Amino acid sequence: MNMMTKTNDLVLLQKVSAFLWAEADLLDAKDYDAWLALWLTEGFYTLPIGEGDDFDNQLNLCHDNDRMRRDRIQRFQQGFSISSAPPARTVRTVSRFVIESVEGDTVTVSSAEHVIEDKFGRQRVWAANMKHTLVASGDGFKIRTKVVRLLNSDGMLNSFSYLF
Amino acid sequence: MLHAYEKFSDLDALYSPDAKVATSMYENADLFNEEMERIFKRTWVWVAHDSELADKGSFKLSNVGLEPVIVVRDRKGDVNVLVNRCRHRAATVCEVKKGKTSSFQCPYHGWGYGLDGSLRGLPYPEQYGEDFDKGAHGLKKLRTESYNGMIFATFNDEVEPLVDFLGPEVRRYIDLFMKQGGGFPVKVLGEHQFTVPMNWKVQLENTTDAYHFPVVHKSFMQSLDGDAEEAFKFLDTGKGYVEDLGNGHSVMVMIPERIDLDENLDDPVEERFLPLVQELREEGYPEDQVKKIVRAVGGAGFNLNLFPNVSFSLAFFRVLTPINVERTDIRHIALGMDGGPAAANRMRMRLHEHFQGPMGFGSPDDAEVWERVQRGTKGGEDLPILVNRGLIDEHPGALGPRGHISAETGMRAAYKMWKRMMSL
Repeated sequence: MNMMTKTNDLVLLQKVSAFLWAEADLLDAKDYDAWLALWLTEGFYTLPIGEGDDFDNQLNLCHDNDRMRRDRIQRFQQGFSISSAPPARTVRTVSRFVIESVEGDTVTVSSAEHVIEDKFGRQRVWAANMKHTLVASGDGFKIRTKVVRLLNSDGMLNSFSYLF
Repeated sequence: MLHAYEKFSDLDALYSPDAKVATSMYENADLFNEEMERIFKRTWVWVAHDSELADKGSFKLSNVGLEPVIVVRDRKGDVNVLVNRCRHRAATVCEVKKGKTSSFQCPYHGWGYGLDGSLRGLPYPEQYGEDFDKGAHGLKKLRTESYNGMIFATFNDEVEPLVDFLGPEVRRYIDLFMKQGGGFPVKVLGEHQFTVPMNWKVQLENTTDAYHFPVVHKSFMQSLDGDAEEAFKFLDTGKGYVEDLGNGHSVMVMIPERIDLDENLDDPVEERFLPLVQELREEGYPEDQVKKIVRAVGGAGFNLNLFPNVSFSLAFFRVLTPINVERTDIRHIALGMDGGPAAANRMRMRLHEHFQGPMGFGSPDDAEVWERVQRGTKGGEDLPILVNRGLIDEHPGALGPRGHISAETGMRAAYKMWKRMMSL
């Protein structure tokens, strides 16, 4: 690997990291309109159960197309859902970024996410492996797919009033 | 634990003849232990669906009350329910949630068991002497019976046969529920699991509770298209009912036109199912089969609630496992058509994800109000919990009272059985 490629890799890693940190910040702030604007319409937001990756043909925790993402956000925002009025508050950290592939304007990046939620005076901790497929757009990216695999996705969970 | 039972000899104080539940019913740890002994150790408890054990050697882990069990299909094709505990020094012999195997081997000292639980072999057996009886050291085995694919087990060898425990009306509704295979066998497609800080009876009540639906699930209703939203307005139409089916079981009929999915096949198709109709036609399914499959995809029009741990809820199974007095695990098991069109099963799974589970548009709101019940019972110890709604206009059904769709008739059925079992 020559010096120039390495520099380019680091620049890309920095750009991708900045994007995922900004996304994490929107989700903790529950700035969901801004989060929706990060997406390409054809994209899917998926929390699978277990290791499978044929998301269309398996049961997931969620497998949201554009319509479901918008409905989900509307549910959070309209105030009729008792579990999200108010929702648990969250603080998350996203790290361990690995650029898995770069093809044309599309970058696949995996990362680790830790979320701590607080509600009813108790805190819960969640850990997940994430994989984003990002498409270059202007100065930044748009999300084509986001797959969040909770460490215990096939175990006993709780109900979630926020996004991972 | 018989000494502790003395404390609860006044069962009328816990569940009164005028349908009021004492707060301690959700809070008292001694009472919880009694329930585990007197109910979960003595009656039929649901453990698995046939389709989860497709082949010889297929197994899954489950629970009967607090006890961990393995449900496994043996070489003869029989299903065995075995306590997951080595007969030597008690280690679990299986910690894989589901899979396929030819035997179970204890990881501690290597005792090996067959799929029927029999002790096959152990290292260095000489030290037990020549009269060691392997036949007496198999995994503890529960009595196991099934009805229409639903597998139940019990620790109680004296209990009535499963078919009698279910009774004729429950069996009739189970058969009707299974019609949502759309002409194919019903198959488990996966499950959502979440634990809730609540007593198990809070959950037992909920699947017979139509009254909460428009309040707790308003945000779910708002995410539906017009026709689908209409279907869930069963409180407004008032055509449904709740009926006590005996032995603690009950049915809550929300959409009477969908009790029998072979009927009303020419009803107009809901808008949300039109793309599926198109897809099935393009795949070459004949028109009457398309109708049948699409109708089945929408699920049945009722919740059938079995005492004490399983409910057939519109289109899925809801299973509860008591963990302690203030904690209950819930499973929402998704169902589909075994060998049916992939497009139909995809739709079933998307519908399940829409309402059910940790990320659903319905379950998180249920979980919130269940937890709120448990939190609320910290106050006003002397105040009763009311399950007397709808007593005023109940009338006789086939086996027990039938009440208004929003009546608490199903809860009363469950508490009546609770009382019967706790008094034995």
